[in-house]
Amino acid sequence: MTWTGVLKGGVFVLTLAVLPLLGLPHWVLNMLIFVLMFAALASAWNLVGGLTGYPSLGHAAFFGIGAYAFALLLHGQTELTDGWQPFAWLPAIGVGTALIGVPIAAIAMRTRADVFAIVTITLLFVVQTLAFNLHGLTGGAQGLSFPVAPFPADTFERPFYYVLLGLLVLAMLLTFGTLSSKIGLALATVRGDEDKARGLGIPVGSAKVLAFAVSVGLTAMVGAVWAYYQVGIIYPQFAVDPLITIAMVLMVFLGGRGTLWGPVLGAFVLESGQQYLAYELGPSQFYLIAYAMIFLLIMLVLPRGVLPSIAGRLR
Amino acid sequence: MGEPVHALVQGLILGVLTGGVYALMASGQTLVFGIMKVVNLAQGALVILGAYLSYQLFVSFGIDPFLAIPVTTAVMFALGVGVHLAFLRPLRREDRAELSLLVTFAVALLIEGVIGVVWSTTRRSINTSYANDSWTVAGYQITVVRFAAFALSAGALGLLILVLHRTRFGRAVRATVQNPESARLLGVRAERVAALGFGLGAATAAAAGSVYGLLYPFNAGSHYDLISLLLSIVVLGGLGSIGGAIAGAMIVSVSSAVVATTVSPSWAPMTFFVLLLAVLLVRPQGLFGRPA
Repeated sequence: MTWTGVLKGGVFVLTLAVLPLLGLPHWVLNMLIFVLMFAALASAWNLVGGLTGYPSLGHAAFFGIGAYAFALLLHGQTELTDGWQPFAWLPAIGVGTALIGVPIAAIAMRTRADVFAIVTITLLFVVQTLAFNLHGLTGGAQGLSFPVAPFPADTFERPFYYVLLGLLVLAMLLTFGTLSSKIGLALATVRGDEDKARGLGIPVGSAKVLAFAVSVGLTAMVGAVWAYYQVGIIYPQFAVDPLITIAMVLMVFLGGRGTLWGPVLGAFVLESGQQYLAYELGPSQFYLIAYAMIFLLIMLVLPRGVLPSIAGRLR
Repeated sequence: MGEPVHALVQGLILGVLTGGVYALMASGQTLVFGIMKVVNLAQGALVILGAYLSYQLFVSFGIDPFLAIPVTTAVMFALGVGVHLAFLRPLRREDRAELSLLVTFAVALLIEGVIGVVWSTTRRSINTSYANDSWTVAGYQITVVRFAAFALSAGALGLLILVLHRTRFGRAVRATVQNPESARLLGVRAERVAALGFGLGAATAAAAGSVYGLLYPFNAGSHYDLISLLLSIVVLGGLGSIGGAIAGAMIVSVSSAVVATTVSPSWAPMTFFVLLLAVLLVRPQGLFGRPA
């Protein structure tokens, strides 16, 4: 790692770590929480969608699995004495979901990238339907309730903020580690010419399945923190939401696929833009139209993303 | 006959009749993939838009949804060509396969948003005078609408296959599906075939949409229910194969109807995902697909 890289990362994390201590209003902190959440999600998606070139459209399913796993773990309890304690479940939720991801990836990644996209998007809608239908487990459309985090109202956002910041740093470290390791090279060959790579004896199969498992594990942990932040109840249409998948993909494409900072940049730009749009246009369908138009514009004008385009310009 | 057998046969009948409609929707999607290797995630949204168009014709002018099909297919054919020219044609060839997934998903969201603005998000249904009529054949119920839907879908599919096998355009399409490079060398204008093919896909969505509107209530978000269903069907049958899409539609429809009637409707959506994974495990190119 170069010294400027370390410096850049250090300044970035320190700035974000100091922000909540500056007495910002609650709505700003709330917005920052969602920005961090999507930065972590986009970085996680990038591990598989950006580095291997297999576009997963089903990550929202794993976000939902994480959210429901968390809510179910807390469901039986009446109140929480220690608000930090439930965060201890995160590693278990991450590892558990990663294990669910392994067989799915092993089957879906045997074929071409477009079939993979189809299998993952099908998974998304199947998980959503199950979240609605399995009343006994998920509570169906009535939602699944669990105790509210007992944090003081003044600094309620802080624990969620720092845990999400931690997950973002974890996702970025994993991305960096992957990019500068042999696995990263293997993944790059998958994106380039998978058949040739396999012919050269590169273990492409296990590399891409591993990338998928780590990616969905991270996604599930973010989903769990999101659930905890939902003050006591989650609903299927928000926990397993196709728009979450779309946001992750879009942010990575906007910032730059396969780069360390691209997904983070994409999330900071798009999520603040999205919060603004939602505020200006309300929860109306105009919001969906605006979102789709921005999406199409990015795909048509900047298919390679902001960072690679700038890098290309400078070269 | 015992009660479980009766339920099973009733499920089979329902599955076959509904399968015909799914086959029509899926044929348009698999055709688009065959021609330009584009997985059209907006096919479900186009079906729902078709349902809204025939709903509007029925409410405003009293036109029967079955009779409205020539109008809606023509409109949606034009829309399909427009979507191709505006959003798919500009994509660079080398990353078209990957970007088209995302672009068509965005088009689906755009259609969903427009439907929401024009018709609001409340559920609609098309209530014709014969909506609740049914025949009883040998103790089994067959609703008139479902039977007519099946007959119409079969007719439309026959027409599509006829177009593909008996016209110059159809020959160009089949040549492109088999080998785009050779087709181009032989003078097939690939971009024109692609645009018309996308239009044809949207037209099948329109015809299927009119029928879908008669069978089920729908709202702006209904296309989410169709995406995974249609995709499972086309992958199951083999991407690009119309015969595969028909077979896939029947398998998916019959098995989920049987699971719904014999096990529980809650698990029916899981049926086609399990089928999909099972087929991919044994035969990654789908039942009737050629290896990539």
